[in-house]
Amino acid sequence: MADATPELAPSEATVASAHQTAGPYWHLVDFPEWADTTRHFAGNLPEGQRIVITGSVTDGTGALVTDALVEIWHADPQGRYPDPNGDPTAFQGYGRCATDKQGRFRFTTLKPGPVPVGPHAGANAMQAPHVAVAVFARGLLQHVSTRLYFEGEALNATDPVLTAVPEARRGTIIAKPAGENAWNLDLRLQGEGETVWMAV
Amino acid sequence: MSEVVHGYRRPQTATQPPLNSPAYGSTRARHPQQPLLELPHTLTETSSPIFTAARYPETADLTVLENGAGEAMGERIIVGGRLTDEDGRPIRHAMVEVWQANAAGRYNHEGDDHDAPLDPNFRGMGRVFTDENGFYRYVTIRPGAYPWRNHHNAWRPNHIHYSLFGHGFAQRMITQMYFPGDPLLPLDPIFNTVADEAARNRLVSKFDLELTKPEWALGFRFDIVLRGREATPMENT
Repeated sequence: MADATPELAPSEATVASAHQTAGPYWHLVDFPEWADTTRHFAGNLPEGQRIVITGSVTDGTGALVTDALVEIWHADPQGRYPDPNGDPTAFQGYGRCATDKQGRFRFTTLKPGPVPVGPHAGANAMQAPHVAVAVFARGLLQHVSTRLYFEGEALNATDPVLTAVPEARRGTIIAKPAGENAWNLDLRLQGEGETVWMAV
Repeated sequence: MSEVVHGYRRPQTATQPPLNSPAYGSTRARHPQQPLLELPHTLTETSSPIFTAARYPETADLTVLENGAGEAMGERIIVGGRLTDEDGRPIRHAMVEVWQANAAGRYNHEGDDHDAPLDPNFRGMGRVFTDENGFYRYVTIRPGAYPWRNHHNAWRPNHIHYSLFGHGFAQRMITQMYFPGDPLLPLDPIFNTVADEAARNRLVSKFDLELTKPEWALGFRFDIVLRGREATPMENT
C-alpha cells in the first residue's frame, strides 16, 4: 500500500492539536443507548439485516480492559454514508459502547453493504462490508483504530485493506458468526494475537 | 481506471503522543507492539456521523443541573474557542463533548476513590455545538488537581477532557485542555508525552479578557485544530 502523503503541510497551515488519553473517567460521556445505532431511525430504517456485534478487549498481559470506550462507524446496508447536505433523518452507522466488567462490548446495528473506495470509484473497486472501530481508554494516548470485516464475504478476497494485511493476521480483524445475526470479534491491544491496528 | 480519494494529512512526528510512552505507566500493556498498518483513506474515513442539537441536546452550563438544588461549588469559568482544520477552515456545527473533575478534584465516577468531596450540584459533563464560524462556548467551574498512582506523589494538572468529531471519521479526536501557569504541567507524564513543545503548549488554554464576563467569571480560550485535507488528492490505482 503506497503512502502518497505529502511530507509537509502548506506553510500557512496550522498543525492538528495533539490527542490525549480519554483516561479512566470518560464514562461521564457514556450513554448506553448509543450502542444501538438504530435508535433514532425507527420507521425510517433502510432495508437490511439487523445484527449484533460483540467482542472483548484485552491487554498485553491478557487482562480484560474494563474501562474502554469502543466506537463504530460504518455504511448502511446499501453501502451509503450520510450526505452532510442530505436527508438529516438518514441512517447513520455510528455507535459508542463502554466495555463492561468482563471487558466486553455489544452493539446493535444494521449490517453494512459493500462500500466504494471513493466517491468516483467503479464497481471493480468495492470494499468488502466493514466497520471502522476505534478504542479509547486509559493508557491509550491516542485511540487505536482498526476495521472489522465479516467472515464469508466474497469481497473479502479483493478488499484493498484486508488484502494488505499479512494472511496470518487477517483473522484478527474478521468477525465470526456468534449465533443468528450476531458477530463477534475480540480485540487484543498487545501481544499474542494482537489485533491489526491501523494508522488512520 | 483510478479513483480519487481526498484523504486527510498524516500527523507530523512529535506533535502527537506515541502510544508507547513508558513514563505513563498505563501505556505499558496497552500499546500495540506490531507496526500499524497504514490505512488509505476511503469513504469510511472521509465521512462522519452528523450530530445535531435536536438529537444530542446541549448542556452549555455545567454549574447548574436540571432539577438541581443549587449551583456547583468552585471558581466559575467561561471556556470558549474555535474549532478549525489545519487549513484554518472552521468546523461548523460540530459536537463538542467535555468532561471533568469537580472543584475539589473528584470525578463523579464510581472508579474515583480520591478522598475529596463530591458536589451534588456538579456532574462534570457538557455538550455544545460550534457555530457558523467554528466557535463554541460553555460555562463550568475550574476543575481541581487530583492524585493518581502513576509514580510517587503524582498529581494530574487541572484539565478538561474534550471529545471532537469533524467531517471525516479520520478526524476523530479526544484530547485534554490544560490551564496556563499550572505548576504541575512540567511534571505531568501525560501532557509531556507530546514531544514537540509548541504542540504541547497548544493544549494549554489562555486567559482571555474578551471571554471574561465582568462581575461574574474569568474566561479561558482554547482553540482546537483537527486534521486538514491533503493538498492534492491521493490516487488509488
